[in-house]
Amino acid sequence: MENKDDVLEVRNLKINFKTYAGDVKAIRDVSFDLKKGETLAIVGESGSGKTVTTRSIMGLLANNAVVAGGKIEFHDQNLLKLGRKQMDGIRGRDIAEIFQDPMTSLDPTMKICRQIAEPLIIHKGMKREKAMAQALEMMKLVGIEDAEHRINNYPHQFSGGMRQRIVIAIALVNRPEILIADEPTTALDVTIQAQILRLMKELQEKINTSIIFITHDLGVVAGMADRVAVMYAGKIVEYGTVDEIFYNPKHPYTWGLLSSMPTLDTKSETLPSIPGTPPDLLDPPKGDAFAARNKYALKIDTEKQPPFFKVSPTHYAATWLLDPKAPKVTPPEQIIERQKHFAQLTKKTQKQNLNKHINEQEEQL
Amino acid sequence: MVKYLAKRIFYIILTLFIVATVTFFLMKIMPGTPFANQQKLPPAQQAQLAAQYGLNKPVWEQYLLYLVGLLHGNFGVSYQFSNQPVSYLIGSRIWVSIQLGAEAMVVGVLLGLIIGAIGAIRAGSWVDTSATIVSILGVSIPSFVLAVLLQVYIGLDTRILPIAGWGGFEYTILPMLALAAQPLAETARFMRTEMVDVLNSDYIELAKAKGLSKYGVIYHHALRNSLIPIVTIVGPLAVNIMTGSMVVENIFSIPGIGDQFVKSIMTNDYPTIMGLTIVYCLMLCVVLLITDILYGIIDPRIRITDSK
Repeated sequence: MENKDDVLEVRNLKINFKTYAGDVKAIRDVSFDLKKGETLAIVGESGSGKTVTTRSIMGLLANNAVVAGGKIEFHDQNLLKLGRKQMDGIRGRDIAEIFQDPMTSLDPTMKICRQIAEPLIIHKGMKREKAMAQALEMMKLVGIEDAEHRINNYPHQFSGGMRQRIVIAIALVNRPEILIADEPTTALDVTIQAQILRLMKELQEKINTSIIFITHDLGVVAGMADRVAVMYAGKIVEYGTVDEIFYNPKHPYTWGLLSSMPTLDTKSETLPSIPGTPPDLLDPPKGDAFAARNKYALKIDTEKQPPFFKVSPTHYAATWLLDPKAPKVTPPEQIIERQKHFAQLTKKTQKQNLNKHINEQEEQL
Repeated sequence: MVKYLAKRIFYIILTLFIVATVTFFLMKIMPGTPFANQQKLPPAQQAQLAAQYGLNKPVWEQYLLYLVGLLHGNFGVSYQFSNQPVSYLIGSRIWVSIQLGAEAMVVGVLLGLIIGAIGAIRAGSWVDTSATIVSILGVSIPSFVLAVLLQVYIGLDTRILPIAGWGGFEYTILPMLALAAQPLAETARFMRTEMVDVLNSDYIELAKAKGLSKYGVIYHHALRNSLIPIVTIVGPLAVNIMTGSMVVENIFSIPGIGDQFVKSIMTNDYPTIMGLTIVYCLMLCVVLLITDILYGIIDPRIRITDSK
């Protein structure tokens, strides 16, 4: 581990998928850290490699996937080098995962207490009764009402929201260090989404786990994450704290993503969208993968991949626009609004801090 | 559950009644009389026999008389098999057929499940391909062809097993194999398809994410879920074995009801045809009832409760 605060370090990860047409380069040199207790959101559109990244952490890549390079470090061991047995031992104990669709991710023919208790029985060698008792505790913890009576129920007797609570219970029953949540609220309706997100935050504090939160819903990210990584065409293009990504984005792709998210201030009739489609990863472009869809693209974008430019100690973006030699461009109106909002926010918090300070001093007097 | 069973039994009786009625009239439409093809009896004697068995009465009256007999548990007397009561004829032969059918069913379905599961687990490998070839052969080769092949290549050439007849367990093996081929192939085909689907489902992914080993996932989660659609085909497979048994019993000279059924139809032995039809129908209804109950045991989503 390069950093003591990190629980997971992904370095230069490259994953290809073998197909009849050739190798699809799904992950092209991805690096990121996950700090203890934090929530890292990975956002990006379908096919950007979010899920493949997490699959590789879980060691559950499809059969035709080839790890072409890089390492995933966890507790001073490279997960990519572990054998199947060793990986079975980590999965569900130290690293757990929540899936997208609670309607299909529970075994329809197994009682839910058994499903929650299974990770305890596998990893801790717990006796059935003890594991069941702990499963019941877990059911209460995730907010299933009347848990004592529902312990012998089957998944079909629960609603979607309740099922996602059960999936969360299964994932957290061994108190894993890392929880991977792959679009955990996408399949739920909006009112339930908020409940599930709140539950995840609560539990995260209780058992002090780090979360990798995969989503394409930026609205969810804002309330959930500490840091955000934006992925495009198998690469991370920008990462920073939530505020930095939301209110001071630097990469034109992030601009596009944020502009296509309606806010309360959105006045125009049509919602902006990013034109075009992501590049074919069978033969990825030589330069910046986003160049073809980017109206701010420079000549160099088509020739050379941009390196990460430092915006702040926590904020990096891979776009040639940040190069000192690059011409100055004005971001879309929406983004300028956001930056103004950001400035106001920081002013407000400064003012609040000042007021607080004054109040404290007055009290002291 | 009791209420459900009572309802099902009522429907079984209704089904039997309809089948008996339809068969009765179909049988009467068939050309020929029970006595025309036998030892060239003179017409006077044929008429006398017809009168003796009530065959000179109008068809509807015969039908009503038959129903009354049925209600008293009387299947009538066979015209062909030395005037024995049909119930005795069936009773003395049915266990042979049930033994053979059950053996074929159990062996066929169990082997089919194993072959199908292995094919699914190793999908795309040579194991899978050979399993597929076996099931295609099994589905496409009729049981009577297989029966003759088994007789020639195993019974005659190697003489390990008896060619025909009915004695101990070894006599059941060849006819059982001939009958089991089709259920085996069908089960393997269904099991493979279903299990490939199940293995790609989200809950298997979650089971893997829990840290279950490859075989733990299959044993605890995949098998039971793959079995659900298999139960559906058990009924049709039972029909398959029953119809197959008629020919196969004939080929292997097995004294079962299948062999008897064929002979009774050839000779217009009305009471035996009726009796056997009802027995076959009853067996099928019972198999279907059992599969429906099995459904509930395997799949909690369709469990039958009295509470609603």
